[in-house]
Amino acid sequence: MMVLITYDVNTETDAGKKRLRQVAKQCLNFGQRVQHSVFECLIDPVQFAELRLRLENIIDPERDSLRYYNLGNNWKSRIEHVGAKPSYDLEGVMLV
Amino acid sequence: MRKLLNTLYVTTPHAYLSRDGENLVATVDDQERFRVPIHNLEGIVCFNYAGTSPSLMSLCCERGVSLCYLSESGRFLARVSGRVSGNVLLRRKQYRLADADAETAGLAKAFVSGKVLNCRSVLMRFARDHDEKEGSQEVAEAAERLLVYFRALDRSLSADAIRGIEGDAARAYYEVFRHLITEQKESFAFRGRSRRPPLDPMNALLSFLYTLLMMDCASALETVGLDPQVGFLHRDRPGRLSLALDLMEELRPYLVDRLALTLVNNKQVSPNGFVKKESGGVLMDADTRKLVLTEWQKRKQEEITHPFLEEKISIGLIPYVQSLLLARHLRGDLDGYPPFLVR
Repeated sequence: MMVLITYDVNTETDAGKKRLRQVAKQCLNFGQRVQHSVFECLIDPVQFAELRLRLENIIDPERDSLRYYNLGNNWKSRIEHVGAKPSYDLEGVMLV
Repeated sequence: MRKLLNTLYVTTPHAYLSRDGENLVATVDDQERFRVPIHNLEGIVCFNYAGTSPSLMSLCCERGVSLCYLSESGRFLARVSGRVSGNVLLRRKQYRLADADAETAGLAKAFVSGKVLNCRSVLMRFARDHDEKEGSQEVAEAAERLLVYFRALDRSLSADAIRGIEGDAARAYYEVFRHLITEQKESFAFRGRSRRPPLDPMNALLSFLYTLLMMDCASALETVGLDPQVGFLHRDRPGRLSLALDLMEELRPYLVDRLALTLVNNKQVSPNGFVKKESGGVLMDADTRKLVLTEWQKRKQEEITHPFLEEKISIGLIPYVQSLLLARHLRGDLDGYPPFLVR
C-alpha cells in the first residue's frame, strides 16, 4: 500500500532540530522524499506499523505533528505531479 | 501469494552503488542519481564496473535481495549471497535424491517434458496464426515431432536417455525457429543456436535473456531453501548453477523465446542495435540493452493464472512458484513435480 507521510517538527530548540533530522531519516528509510517534509512510502502493513512506532518514539507530541494518508493499493490514480522534482515510479521499470 | 517486488538494473558503466541507512544510493561522478529503500527491491542486476560498497552487499544479504554482476555484454560474472540459510533437511534431501538414479531420472523427465511441450506450444501458436505463411508446414511438422519425443520420454528410464531426447527435441525446435521470425528476416536470420559468443543478433538477444532468466531462477531456488548448484537434468560441475538450469528449461520457450520473437517481429529492436566484435561475437549496444531490460521487466509484471495452482500471479513469480513446488516434491509433500505448462 502507499502511505503519504507529512510532518511538522518544531525547530526552535536544538532538540527540535535533532528530532527533525531523525524523523526525516526514518521516513527516508522507508520511502521516497517527494517534497521537503513529504514522503511517499510503498510499504506493507507490517512495515507501516514499524515505521509508525519508530516515528512516534521520536517526536514530541506537545510540539510536533505527524500525518499519515493511506492511499491503499490503488494509489497510482490518486497521485498527480506538476512541476519540478519529478519522482520515480516504484513499481515501474528501474534502470540507472 | 508473495508480491513481486522490483528489480533494479544498473547499466550506467561508472555508477557506484552504496548504502545510506536502509536506502540504496546510486552515484554517478559523485552525484546522487537514484535512491530507493531496499525493501522495495527484489534484486539488483549490475552491468557496471564501478561496483558496490560492502555495506550495501551486507544489507542485500540481510534482506534477501539478490545481487548479481554481469559483464557489459550480459555474461554472468558473480552473485553475492550471504550465509547459507534455509532448511538443511530440505537441502540434504535434495543431495540424496540427486544421487539416486530413479529420482534423478524422474525429475529430469519432468523438466524435459515441460520444455518439449512448451516449445511445442510456441510452434503451434505460430502454425495457427500464420497458416498461409511459408514454413508454416515445416513448423507444424516439427511440432508433431516434438509430440513424438514427448511420448518417447515416457518410455525412457535412465537420465542419460532423457538427456539424449532433450538434445534431439532442442535440435528439432531450433531447426524451424527461423520461420517464426516474420519481420526483419534478413538481419535476424537464425541458423541454429550459437553461444559464447553468440554469432548473430538473434542469438545475442536470446543469450542475454536466458542469462536474466537464469539469475531469476537461481534466486528463486535459494529463496525456498534449495541449492541451485545441485541439479538433476544437468550434472554437477564446479561453479555451474545446475538446478537453476534445470528449472529454466521449461520456462525458456514461454518467458524468453516468445519475448525475443515479439521484440523482433514488432520491430522494437533493430539490426543497427547490434555490434559485431573482432572475435566474431555479436553484442547489443547500450540502448538496445536498455530496451530489452525494460520489456523484460514489463513482461514480468503481466499477470497470468498459474495452471497448477489456479491462482493469479505475475509472470515474474513463475520461477518462484516452480521452486516452491519443487521443494514440496523433494520434501515428499507432492508426489511429482508439476512442470509449468503453457496452455
